[in-house]
Amino acid sequence: MTGPVLEIRDLRVDYGFGDDPTHVLRGVDLTLHRGEVLGLAGESGCGKSTLAYAATRLLPPPGLITGGEVWLTDREGNRNDILGLTDAQLRAARWRDVAIVFQGAMSSLNPVFRIGRQLTDGIRAHRPGLSARDLEARAAELLEMVGISADRLRAYPHQLSGGMRQRVMIAMALALEPQVLLMDEPTTALDVVMQRQILEQIMELRDRLGFSVVLITHDVSLLVEVADRIAIMYAGEIVEEATAADVYRRPRHPYAHGLLGSFPPLHGPRRELAGIPGSPPDLQRLAAGCPFAPRCPHAMDVCQQVRPVLGPPRTGEARRVACHLHGADLPGDVAFPAELAR
Amino acid sequence: MATGTTSIEVAAPTGVDDPGPGVARPGRRPRLMFLRNPKALVGIAILAVFAVLAVLGPWIAPYDPNQVSRDLLQAPSGAHWLGTDHTGRDILSQLIVGTRGVLVVGLVAGVAATALGVVVGVTAGFVGGAGDETLSAVSNVFLVIPQLPLIIIIAAQLPSAGGITVALVIGVTGWAWGARVLRAQTLSLRRRDFVEAARATGERTWRIVLAEVLPNLTAIIAAGFVGTVIFAVLSQVTLAFIGITPVSEWNWGTILFWAQNNLALQRGAWWWFVPAGLCIALLGMALTLINFGIDELVNPRLRSTGMHARTLRRRGIRPRVGFTPVVRAGRPAVETSEEER
Repeated sequence: MTGPVLEIRDLRVDYGFGDDPTHVLRGVDLTLHRGEVLGLAGESGCGKSTLAYAATRLLPPPGLITGGEVWLTDREGNRNDILGLTDAQLRAARWRDVAIVFQGAMSSLNPVFRIGRQLTDGIRAHRPGLSARDLEARAAELLEMVGISADRLRAYPHQLSGGMRQRVMIAMALALEPQVLLMDEPTTALDVVMQRQILEQIMELRDRLGFSVVLITHDVSLLVEVADRIAIMYAGEIVEEATAADVYRRPRHPYAHGLLGSFPPLHGPRRELAGIPGSPPDLQRLAAGCPFAPRCPHAMDVCQQVRPVLGPPRTGEARRVACHLHGADLPGDVAFPAELAR
Repeated sequence: MATGTTSIEVAAPTGVDDPGPGVARPGRRPRLMFLRNPKALVGIAILAVFAVLAVLGPWIAPYDPNQVSRDLLQAPSGAHWLGTDHTGRDILSQLIVGTRGVLVVGLVAGVAATALGVVVGVTAGFVGGAGDETLSAVSNVFLVIPQLPLIIIIAAQLPSAGGITVALVIGVTGWAWGARVLRAQTLSLRRRDFVEAARATGERTWRIVLAEVLPNLTAIIAAGFVGTVIFAVLSQVTLAFIGITPVSEWNWGTILFWAQNNLALQRGAWWWFVPAGLCIALLGMALTLINFGIDELVNPRLRSTGMHARTLRRRGIRPRVGFTPVVRAGRPAVETSEEER
């Protein structure tokens, strides 16, 4: 099965309910296929986490979903719009179909309960019929799965290291074998060795259990390694979406190119590191044109006036990019930047 | 709340696209925020009525509260709106004239106790060391002093223990609780990075306290003030009720004193004690409502939450953690609830 498991269509989110809310997501389209690892990258405040939380309707007030659809295909092949589910359906679908590993996973565990109990809590809620012995066995199995020996079930969170706690959180998310695992910067608080171990473990579990992953991070180099596809977000929109290799080797959007230029390559010739000048736009006062235009080295007149739409580039490659440079009606007198045409 | 980490990721405004002075900046705090809060508004309205009564009491009271008449123990009527007592005195007039004494004692005691509490508590919390130990010891002593008996003793010793004396005694004995709370909060604030930074830049101590620490304590100070005022009003009413303070000085407690001594309850003269009790309750409620308003005003997070909650109610949306509302433009709010399907 390789069909889509999660389809986000034109998702719009506002922060603030008053007369002038901040439009934090402005029509995001994204498709997650079965068994795929989709990376979501972008700088702080571009809406990565908001996208994940809005798609599961976990966004706390003052977040408000103002439009769009989130279609989830469950194991039986039924498609449901998460935004239209009732509370009971939503509660049932969470964890069983979609699970989240939160940003602050280190502090998500309750310090006064043993991790065994915290692991079984969710299973008990979703499968009330299970006996205590079955629950215990399942919790032990989950711990073993993430590489922690089962005798740690009786440990309290403070007795585990940061990496182990993170693994417990991942085990917890996988407890009901969800089809979609949303990971919001799961390794940000960990050192690089632990980061790698945990991500390798997730990838191995993915191969074994066959779930799909949305991995949110601002560490693009990490995504290049583990993700199948990468979506780059900027100012509440997706500006480029392609396979990881394509994004890494042949970025099409000037912003994606800038992001990739901001960390050193481990292999190949040394190159100059470059930042992206300027700072992210104020989402409350976005101009009419491309939101990246004020910082873009290749900005044209059209960029100031018309907002580019996400679509396949002129060359017809199997990827999507939101940039006038790749639009069909590029004025002939514009010199196409070489670094975006590799 | 596990989703608390999705703080509002609004990018900082860039200097480049500043709209200039003529353009209204979105997200600016509207004027007179305090008055938009219905709770605070109700509290202020009630308090204002009492304040007007306190100022104008003797002039607007229909009778002299001490004037006896032949209408002994009359139920409310057109001539005496709240009836009369056992010597034919008008109870409405007693209530109106007595308002001043209650409010003055409450406010004086509240201000005195709050000022003492802030000075002792913030100093103890901020200086630390021996000074902290000493001030803490003093407030601990004051904390265990039984206030009401002490006030009774002092009031009984002073021949002319009027309202201000009672207020000052309440203030001097009632600051310790506030001081303890403020000290604890100051201790935690003192080690925060923004205070450390102010210290590192060479700010003077008094400026750090006034500009960095005190604004963070506003809600606690306001709550302490309101609590002390309520306590002072109750103490004064109690003192008058048990007859410690001069019974010729009218306040709501004096009315209750006369009512109790003349068996108002047994005689079924409800108009004698119910209005005074209601006034005490109303005043306490008004102060508590104002306290809610202050909380929302000084806490930026509560402020916007409160504003949003009101806007949402108007649009029929119920914000809940874990179930983000879906509102599609042009269509009414989709409230997905169990009953729907």
